[in-house]
Amino acid sequence: MHDKTIAELSAALAARELSAVELTQALLDRIEAHNGTLNAFITVTAEQALEQARRADERIAKGEAGALTGIPIAHKDNFCTAGVLTTCASRMLHNFVPPYDATVVARLEEAGVVMLGKTNMDEFAMGSSNETSYYGPVKNPWDTERVPGGSSGGSAAAVAAGLVPGATATDTGGSVRQPAAFCGVSGLKPTYGRVSRYGIVAFASSLDQASVIARSAEDLALLLQAMAGFDERDSTCVDLAVPDYRAGLEQPLDGVRIGLPREYFQDGVEPELAKVIEAAVEEYRRLGAEIKEVSLPHNALAVAAYHVIAPAEASSNLARFDGVRYGYRCENPRDLEDLYMRSRGEGFGTEVKRRLLIGTRALLAEYYQDAFLKAQKIRRLIHNDFIEAFKQVDVLLGPTTGAPAFRLGEKSADPVQMYLTDVFTIAANLAGLPALSLPAGQVDGLPVGMQLIGRHFDEARLLNLAHRFQQATDWHTVRPQNFE
Amino acid sequence: MEWETVIGLEVHAQLMTRSKIFSGASTAYGAAPNTQACAVDLAMPGTLPVLNEEALRMAVKFGLAIGAEIPDRSVFARKNYFYPDLPKGYQISQHDQPVVANGYIEIDLEDGTTKRIGIIRAHLEEDAGKSLHEDFHGLTGIDLHRAGTPLLEIVSAPDLRSAKEAVAYLKKLHSLVTYLEICDGNMQEGSFRCDANVSVRRKGDPCFGTRVELKNINSFRFVERAINYEVERQIDLLESGGQVVQETRLYDADRNETRSMRTKEEATDYRYFPDPDLLPVVITSEFIESVRKTLPELPDAKRDRFMEQYGLSRYDADVLTSTRELADYYEAVVRAAGQDQAKPAANWVMGELSGALNRDGIDITASPVSAEMLAQLLQRIADNTISGRIAKEVFEAMWEGEGSADEIIEKRGLKQITDVAAIEAMIDEVLAAHPKQVEQYKSGQAKLLGYFVGQVMKLSGGKANPAQLNQLLRQKLGSAGE
Repeated sequence: MHDKTIAELSAALAARELSAVELTQALLDRIEAHNGTLNAFITVTAEQALEQARRADERIAKGEAGALTGIPIAHKDNFCTAGVLTTCASRMLHNFVPPYDATVVARLEEAGVVMLGKTNMDEFAMGSSNETSYYGPVKNPWDTERVPGGSSGGSAAAVAAGLVPGATATDTGGSVRQPAAFCGVSGLKPTYGRVSRYGIVAFASSLDQASVIARSAEDLALLLQAMAGFDERDSTCVDLAVPDYRAGLEQPLDGVRIGLPREYFQDGVEPELAKVIEAAVEEYRRLGAEIKEVSLPHNALAVAAYHVIAPAEASSNLARFDGVRYGYRCENPRDLEDLYMRSRGEGFGTEVKRRLLIGTRALLAEYYQDAFLKAQKIRRLIHNDFIEAFKQVDVLLGPTTGAPAFRLGEKSADPVQMYLTDVFTIAANLAGLPALSLPAGQVDGLPVGMQLIGRHFDEARLLNLAHRFQQATDWHTVRPQNFE
Repeated sequence: MEWETVIGLEVHAQLMTRSKIFSGASTAYGAAPNTQACAVDLAMPGTLPVLNEEALRMAVKFGLAIGAEIPDRSVFARKNYFYPDLPKGYQISQHDQPVVANGYIEIDLEDGTTKRIGIIRAHLEEDAGKSLHEDFHGLTGIDLHRAGTPLLEIVSAPDLRSAKEAVAYLKKLHSLVTYLEICDGNMQEGSFRCDANVSVRRKGDPCFGTRVELKNINSFRFVERAINYEVERQIDLLESGGQVVQETRLYDADRNETRSMRTKEEATDYRYFPDPDLLPVVITSEFIESVRKTLPELPDAKRDRFMEQYGLSRYDADVLTSTRELADYYEAVVRAAGQDQAKPAANWVMGELSGALNRDGIDITASPVSAEMLAQLLQRIADNTISGRIAKEVFEAMWEGEGSADEIIEKRGLKQITDVAAIEAMIDEVLAAHPKQVEQYKSGQAKLLGYFVGQVMKLSGGKANPAQLNQLLRQKLGSAGE
């Protein structure tokens, strides 16, 4: 049952072919068996999960079940979960148990899901390989010598390895799409403002977006349906009706205009991987879509602008971790300055410190104009590129990454090489657009992800396109050998 | 050498919203430490701020009252610095797009003229918590009770030229924010706090001198003293060939001196940037109009109306309109006593009543003598039931809770004697008892008239009508020194 989709499991639960407790126990057993290898979970909440499963079975028995009742999921460890350790994969929060749920967690619980635990990630979501975690790197289920991608590496690996059918994640610069691509699963970053950020430990407030990872577009639709919508506790969350995502999945693609941004098919894409994407484009042509080339002329500036804006916001967002109220505090501080210096010095890892320093500098009065404000101007230009492109086409398509998963340690010594792995994903965050990555094929036995980018709040179309592709192809059903 | 003082004031007025500016926690004063701080105030991970619309409404109300510009877009910014009682490691404030810009208020100068003082800006921000350094055995206690309380920071132009002008401005501002009911004005509890930027320059010099920021001046009296101390310090320094250093100095009220806190070199770079958790605030003209409808009559307009409607001097009208409560009390007295009592009412409110309130430290809203009670007293003076002197005795009795004016007059038998025959009888008795003084008066010592008045008054127990007594006494004695 571990390789079934949420939609399939939901039907089985409703038909009473399976109980939520059985399902939960089976997946807890798999986590027990494989987490030692994968390191995808930081915390497993077995007892609580079984209790939730029992309640779900009661709801199902009473005929009060929804599509997600009794479905086991995992939350990335930057979602606050009341009474459950929430570490952000940082020593800084190694002991932090929030007294409240993130809005996303509360809404999914309301929908009846069973939380199996909290997934590993790059520390404070800063990283593209999951190697910056205080709890050690997550391994890619397709090849445990390779990274699962990051920062939502734990969620992607857990879904790919059949430890859980779906998981929440966050995406600030590609943190859902890149690991989804590396692990051969589907990941959706909704429009900025579509899903509440309340209770998600902030990395970069203007870019962070609650996201989902699952094995099919239909499952993404089911999860997003429960998560999306206005939340008065998040001022940046938009008060806009949520469509029925599942209802639009089957729409035919005749006449849908797909744009191929020229810049996504130039440097930085391995030829074998480009062929996989080209084949996927052909598939869409067969499905009735019109294919057009478009241009996003400022895309080359995206990584640089992102690495000013994101760390600048992070430098301020992470100032609250000062050893005063919660989280890590150094031993025997001599005075206030010592408390600050050592609590932060010992509590944060290298990559986080690097970004805090970059961000702090970008905001200094001396650099504000040339760094922060310039990056904001670039952000506006990138946004405008998309608006122009969407006058000609309905969706943009390209590779999620330029290459499949790299080896552990391969890029960790060179931060810039690491940052450049996000070259195709970052622009959607800067423009606040929804973007989805789905498996499109393989290169040398490793999965390859294809990215779809849509207009603001047009998640339904992305899900529709992904679903039609998954009906026509089998790439999303291929599982890593050692975890079948 | 003649020196000119240049002062600009920054006032932090705590807004009277029920909940905090970015969270739903209560703002009530005086609760136990940390009991009114929610997850947002504690800056727990993942929490987000949501603007309290009431705070915005109050800021706009202030802006309208000072004739300021209210931009259609206002932006919250983060002011980043580390301090243990600043939970997020930044304060949400406003930087280059404040909610109020370019207003003014007018102050009265001692020479009777008025002066317009510019208000460059007023912006919304959240207060920090408090660090408590006592009672923790060498450790520091943090109380985040106050964290997130809404503040309006009101920044004046450097238009003030003396400590006295600064105090006049501050009092006017204090009166305005309390009139608007956006701030309770309590300086002891820190609801209305003031920092002063002070510099001196040679008279006629178009450039400003180096300014010093004075912190911790929390009463009108201290503002005047602190500025005067600082001005003298700066002049002494310059006249002895030294230079003023740009710095922040703390006023020590006990020693009446200012001490250096930090110099410009040590100043923090606050790394201001727009808060990405809060969208720019769009202020529509409909919103502004809805706030304008809630504006009360403002102090200056009320003063002018008092002069016009009650025939008061500018000074009296100014005093009576200094707070909304005092003005309301005065108008209630006139309403009950009659328009013809407007002037006596002003004298009594500013005299006996204010004196008693000050003496006993009572707020006018808690006065044991209500406006209606005072009005009755004024009527008894007007209809000659009692004299002004007896009225003071009656007032004191009312103050002590002995009842209304009529009850006290009745109980104590204070009704004025206006019966001519009764007064004449007392005069006769006094004159008969003092033949020698009558002789002296008749031989020219006119000032003895007062002596006789006093004796008769004494005999009447103070109740003889003074005007009648004077007249009848003159008649009896005839003119002095014929």
